[in-house]
Amino acid sequence: MHAGRYDASVSRSAEIAPRSQAEPVATAGEAARIVARTQAVDAVGLEGRAAALATRSIKRDTKVWGLELVIRCMDLTTLEGSDTTGKIVAMCAKAVRPDPTRPDVPGVAAVCIYPQHVPVAVAQLRGTGVAVASVAGGFPAGLGSLGSRLHEIRDVVEAGADEIDIVLNRSLFLGGRYAETLEELVAAREAAGPTHLKVILETGELGSYDRVRQASMLAMAAGADFIKTSTGKIGVSATLPVALCMLEAVRDFRAQTGRLVGVKVAGGVRRAKQALQHLVLVHETVGVEYMTPDLFRIGASSLLNDVLMQLEKERTGHYSGPDYFTID
Amino acid sequence: MTEAIERPAGDAPPEWEYASAPESTDVMRLDDRYGLFIGGEFVEPKSGRWFPTISPSTEETLAEVADADAADVARAVDAARDAAPAWQGLAPSERAKHIFRIARQVQERARELAVLETMNGGKPIKESRDVDVPLAAAHFFYYAGWADKLEYAFPGRGSPKPVGVAGQIIPWNFPLLMAAWKLAPALATGNTAVLKPAETTPLTALLLAQIMQEAELPPGVVNIVTGAGETGAALVDSPVDKIAFTGSTAVGKAIRRATAGSGTRLTLELGGKAANIVFEDAPLDQAVEGVINGIFFNQGHVCCAGSRLLVQEPVFDVLLGKLKERLQTLRVGDPLDKNTDIGAINSKAQLEKIEELVTSGVDEGAEIYQPECDLPERGFWFRPTLFTGVSQSHRIAREEIFGPVLSILTFRTPDEAIEKANNTPYGLSAGIWTEKGSRILHMAQRLRAGVVWANTFNRFDPASPFGGYKESGFGREGGLHGLEPYLTFERVSS
Repeated sequence: MHAGRYDASVSRSAEIAPRSQAEPVATAGEAARIVARTQAVDAVGLEGRAAALATRSIKRDTKVWGLELVIRCMDLTTLEGSDTTGKIVAMCAKAVRPDPTRPDVPGVAAVCIYPQHVPVAVAQLRGTGVAVASVAGGFPAGLGSLGSRLHEIRDVVEAGADEIDIVLNRSLFLGGRYAETLEELVAAREAAGPTHLKVILETGELGSYDRVRQASMLAMAAGADFIKTSTGKIGVSATLPVALCMLEAVRDFRAQTGRLVGVKVAGGVRRAKQALQHLVLVHETVGVEYMTPDLFRIGASSLLNDVLMQLEKERTGHYSGPDYFTID
Repeated sequence: MTEAIERPAGDAPPEWEYASAPESTDVMRLDDRYGLFIGGEFVEPKSGRWFPTISPSTEETLAEVADADAADVARAVDAARDAAPAWQGLAPSERAKHIFRIARQVQERARELAVLETMNGGKPIKESRDVDVPLAAAHFFYYAGWADKLEYAFPGRGSPKPVGVAGQIIPWNFPLLMAAWKLAPALATGNTAVLKPAETTPLTALLLAQIMQEAELPPGVVNIVTGAGETGAALVDSPVDKIAFTGSTAVGKAIRRATAGSGTRLTLELGGKAANIVFEDAPLDQAVEGVINGIFFNQGHVCCAGSRLLVQEPVFDVLLGKLKERLQTLRVGDPLDKNTDIGAINSKAQLEKIEELVTSGVDEGAEIYQPECDLPERGFWFRPTLFTGVSQSHRIAREEIFGPVLSILTFRTPDEAIEKANNTPYGLSAGIWTEKGSRILHMAQRLRAGVVWANTFNRFDPASPFGGYKESGFGREGGLHGLEPYLTFERVSS
């Protein structure tokens, strides 16, 4: 839902990003050059930097603000074949009011679901300030026919999704067919229209940080509003070094074009501590400007309750058991 | 009901300030006074003199330390001499046990050592905790392993024997780590030692002395005398068999003169003015981290600091922009705060030296850049500093500043980079940043520096030799090479 329908009395969630005005800044013919020009990444140095930032000590007010920001930046996610209307309704309630005993805890940024459930979520979340994000475009492999993938994107736009998470075609990208890769992304951008578009790179399949950075540059050139690490469907997801690598790409894109592209880490972030470490990366790489749901998201399902538990601990000085937090 | 959480007004505060996260100093119980560690005991100095040692971040006195005169040094050398036969006669595997025990004790008391190192020297706790103390333990572990394998370390050289008593003089930038670099190989090879820590940072060495007592190292095997330059000079003049010195080139030259013709063996690890060379194809974001680490690690109080940045011209603007942006995120302040990146300058004298050289840089026409950051009122502090528009003839490009000050120069071709990098009286270390493996090898062969790092900087490992060319000294510490200065070889007649 967008800014106009935001009701502060229901949720402290931030305003949803305004309609996307991102446009492709490159044509298919330039794709190979974008990849070739992408700055190299040294894996040892990158991982060392991420590990060093992970030792930042986040305490007291900083921690509380950080934990609340984690909630405000969260895309509460369920992407299972077994998802039902009941599951979606329950998760939407949780998204709006994560802790029923604490109305001051903000709502999350969005729910992230499969296309089929978009109408239910839209109905549940109308007027709450929580957005509906849908995966589309042949999630998670991205290997259906281009026509059907674009059709799926248009479909979810029509169904009222505020945000769309599509997947990079790793088959084309890893095969070196960069022009076609970019073409597909640009087509997806067009199909999404002004709807907020996130491109999932599925970094765990890309094999190197150099590739992550190249894919980031291509997706941004194609007009993505966000680049996103992972589908959550394979073993390796949003590690700190991968997030750092993408944040550095985003920083370069900002320097080159002036446009701010968001970053979404998804998959594998289960603990509040990990989420705070990601915030530290954001803070020290692209600055406080990025510490908003408009430019940073965390896709997660089990993270929310750990964050609530940590918040409760900051309030009361002791930990509560898991039964004190709802599991919708 | 529990109290509500105070939160900053609005969605995003203008700055996300990290709440201070100071490491507790409760683990440290300092004595008022520390005597000299001679013959396994802390003893009063014959000189009768004591001097205060302070925390450079607060200027508070931490303890008083004995000021050893020539008579005290002679007593320490005698103790080492007396202890030598029994220590040399010990089975090598037994010597190893002692050193392993020291290594384990250093690990056991890591937190205490890290906190004390930071209090006495001013370096950030994250460095003393993650670098100094673990590396010191690693050095003891590494050389303990060599103690009973010396016969196999130098095939064809004959039977290795200890040289006798080693006099060891160490600097203030890595007090505990340098003590480990000196003591571990000396002990492993069967030598006894007299160690003199720097006058501004004696406390961790004295804590190490306590650890050696607990480890039941035989009395006199390690002796520690505290004091300033005079104490060091007395040690150099005393009848020791070897001097190992780490410190400034000026003092190194004086020691070289003093020991010339005496038959005393000598190794020197002196100053540096390392070039960190960034090629246009380098992984620039990681190079930025390497450059930052290269010059701001330990406030730039590092002999192998990458104090000259050589950037290939096509990426100069991009790299400089990234460096300036990165400089803004460096956190300068209380070294005991776990989030601090840059701590206090080690002493007032060093701060004055840095200020003098930085002023000369401005006067000679280089362009200075410093980030905006608040500095604490008490203590010795200096903002991280970049100089652009530096030429080879500027003092800031030639002289060792030993502070958080980086001079940036440019180059066009690999040959020019080599020429500029080597155009210094020093030759301790160098860094190369490029994606091209063959260029790394090409450069490394031609750079006259004891250590060449590729796509990293300031990495240390006990198994890797460290030492200089030219005015950066001679002899190697670390690795197999580090054993040799402490050994003589008896030819076995066939």
